[in-house]
Amino acid sequence: MATVEAHRVRAGRGTELALLVLALAIAIASYALVGLGATDELPADVLGYGAGMTGLALAVHLVLRWRAPYADPVILPSVIALNGIGLAMIYRIDLAREARGGTEMFAGKQLALSAVSVVLACVVLVLLRDHRTLRRYTYTAMVVGLVLILLPLIPGLGVTINGARIWIRALGFSLQPAELAKIALAVFFAGYLVTHRDTLALAGPKVLGLQLPRVRDFGPIIVVWAASIAVLVLQSDLGTSLLLFGLFVAMLYVATERLSWIIIGLVMFAGGVAVATATFGHVAARFHIWLHALDQDVFERAPGGSGQLVRGLFGLASGGLFGTGWGQGRPDLVPFAESDFIIASLGEELGLTGLMAILTIYLVLCQRGLRTAIGVRDGFGKLLAAGLAFVIAFQCFVVVGGITRIIPLTGLTTPFLAYGGSSLLANWIVAALLLRISDDARRPAPEPVGELLTTPAGGTPLDEDARNPVAVAGDDQPTEQLRRTSGGGRA
Amino acid sequence: MSELTVTLLRLGYLVLLWAFVLSAIGVLRRDLYGTRITSRRRPRAAANPAPPAGAAATAPTPDRGRGRKSGPTRLVVTEGPLRGTTLPLGSSAVLIGRAPSCTLVLDDDYSSSRHARVYPEGGQWLVEDMGSTNGTFVDDQKVTDAVPVRPGAQIRIGQSVLELQG
Repeated sequence: MATVEAHRVRAGRGTELALLVLALAIAIASYALVGLGATDELPADVLGYGAGMTGLALAVHLVLRWRAPYADPVILPSVIALNGIGLAMIYRIDLAREARGGTEMFAGKQLALSAVSVVLACVVLVLLRDHRTLRRYTYTAMVVGLVLILLPLIPGLGVTINGARIWIRALGFSLQPAELAKIALAVFFAGYLVTHRDTLALAGPKVLGLQLPRVRDFGPIIVVWAASIAVLVLQSDLGTSLLLFGLFVAMLYVATERLSWIIIGLVMFAGGVAVATATFGHVAARFHIWLHALDQDVFERAPGGSGQLVRGLFGLASGGLFGTGWGQGRPDLVPFAESDFIIASLGEELGLTGLMAILTIYLVLCQRGLRTAIGVRDGFGKLLAAGLAFVIAFQCFVVVGGITRIIPLTGLTTPFLAYGGSSLLANWIVAALLLRISDDARRPAPEPVGELLTTPAGGTPLDEDARNPVAVAGDDQPTEQLRRTSGGGRA
Repeated sequence: MSELTVTLLRLGYLVLLWAFVLSAIGVLRRDLYGTRITSRRRPRAAANPAPPAGAAATAPTPDRGRGRKSGPTRLVVTEGPLRGTTLPLGSSAVLIGRAPSCTLVLDDDYSSSRHARVYPEGGQWLVEDMGSTNGTFVDDQKVTDAVPVRPGAQIRIGQSVLELQG
C-alpha cells in the first residue's frame, strides 16, 4: 500500500459548489422534463421541488464546509445527480401508473426518504469526527451486521415479498436490513483484516504457479462463505449473498495483495452456487431464465418467467442511442420499473447516451472511493474506503449486468437511483463515510520533521533493544514462521 | 409542444448530463496529474553531485567542516514494497524493521522486526545491523559492525533498498 501525495491540496469546496449547480440542474431538469413529456405541462410544484433539492444539497455542502473541509469535491455532486435522476424516473413511472388507474405512488415516499437520508448523512458527518473511531467497534459491527442479516428470519418480524425473505416490518415501516448490514460488515472486515492481514498474507504451498495461503488461515473466508450461502438458502436472496461474499473477497485482496484469495473466492462461490442450483429450485430458475430468456414458454410463464427481463431489454432497444426522451417511452410496461428495473427505464427514456453518462457517474463515484483508499494514511481507513467503493461498484455491476443479461438477474438495488428506502438510506451513509474518510485522506499532513523531533519514536525502542536484544525475539514471529514454511530466508 | 422543441429538450438534457460527467472528470484529471511522483534517478544525481569516483562504501568522505547541515536530509526507500517512501532525517537514530515501534516500518517479509538502525555520529550517518535474520548490506557488503554510509549508497534490507539523500 502506497501513499500518493498531491502537490498542493485544494480543499475543493468551491469546485464542489460548481459541480453541485450542474447536478441540481440535472435533478430539476429531469423533474421538469418528466412533467413536460408525460403531461405536456411543467409540474406545478417544480419550483418547490427545485428549492427542496437545492436545500438538501446545500445542507450537506455546508456541513462539509463545517466538519470536513477537505472532503472530496466530486462525491456529493455525483450522489445528488443520481438521486435526482432516480426521483424523476420514479415520478415518471407514477404518472404512467396513474394514467392507467393505479393508485400506488412512490415518488413522494422516495422524496421524503431522500430528505431523511440526507439528514442522516449529515448526522454521520457531524458526529463521526474521525473514521478511525469505527475501528473500536470492529466486533460490535460484526454482531450488528449478522443480526441485521438474520432479522428477516424471525417469525412475525420478517416478511416474504416476491419470494425473498429479506424484509422486516415493524411499527408501520418496512426495512431491508441487509442494506444496512453491508455497512456494518464493511466496518468489521476492515477492522478484522487490518489486524490479521499479516497472517492471511503468509505464503503456503505453491500450486500451478499460484502462491496459496496456509490452510489454517482459511477459517475466516469459510465462515463468511457459509454465512453468504446461508443467506442464499434461508432467504432466497442471491443478491445479498453475492454482495456479502464479494465484499469480503475484495477486501481480503486489498488487505493481502494476494491474487490467490480472489481465485479461491471465485472457486468457492462457483462451487456454492453450483450446489445451490442443483438443490434449490429458485436458484436454478434464475439460471434458466437467464440462459433461455427469449424462449416463448419461458417468456410467457406467469410467475417466475423471463417476461420482466425481456420487456426490460425491449425497453432498452426502443430507447436506442438517444432515448425516447423523458416521459415519452413506456417504461411502466416492465414490472418493478421503478425499483429493480430502473436502469432499463432510464435506458429507454435517455438512451444509450444517457445510460452511459449515468454509469460514468457511478464510475467516477467508485474511483473517488478507491482514490480515497489510496490517499488515506491508516490501514483501517484504506480498507473501509476500498470496501465501501467496492460495494457501490459491485451493486451496479450486479444490477446492470442482470438487466442486460450478462449475469443472472439478482435482487440488488441500484445505489441512489432505485426506489427503496433502506437502500437509499444505506447508500447515503456510505457516501457520508466516504466523504469523512476522504477528508482525512486529502487533509495536508502535519509537518513530519516537527513530529520527528518532538516524539522520540526512534529513540525509545532503540535503547531498550540495544540493552536487551533477546527481549524482542518474541515479535519477530512472522519472519520466523516464514522461514519455516518457505525453507530458509533469502536476502 | 412542437416536435422540434421536444427533440431539442431531449438532446439538451443529454448534453447537460454529459456536461456534468465531463466536468467531474475534469476535476479528477487534476488529481491524476497533480501528484508528487518520486523520481528515483534525478534526485540522486542532484543530491549527490560529485561523489568521489573511488569512494566506495568503506571510504566515506567525512564532511566535518560543514557539519551535518550539508549531510543527507532524508532516507528514501528506492526499492521494495515501500518504494517512494521518504523519511526526513533529524538528529535521532532511525530504527528500521517490521515492528510497529520502528521509525520506518517495512512491509517486507524478508526483514526482521528490528532489522537495522541508521544513526548520526560525528557528522556522518552510520548503519548498524540489529542482529537480523537475513542481514543488512551496504553496496552489497554485509554489515557486521556499524559502518558509515555515504549519500547514495544502497542499503539493502530484505527486499527493500534504502539510500540517504541530501
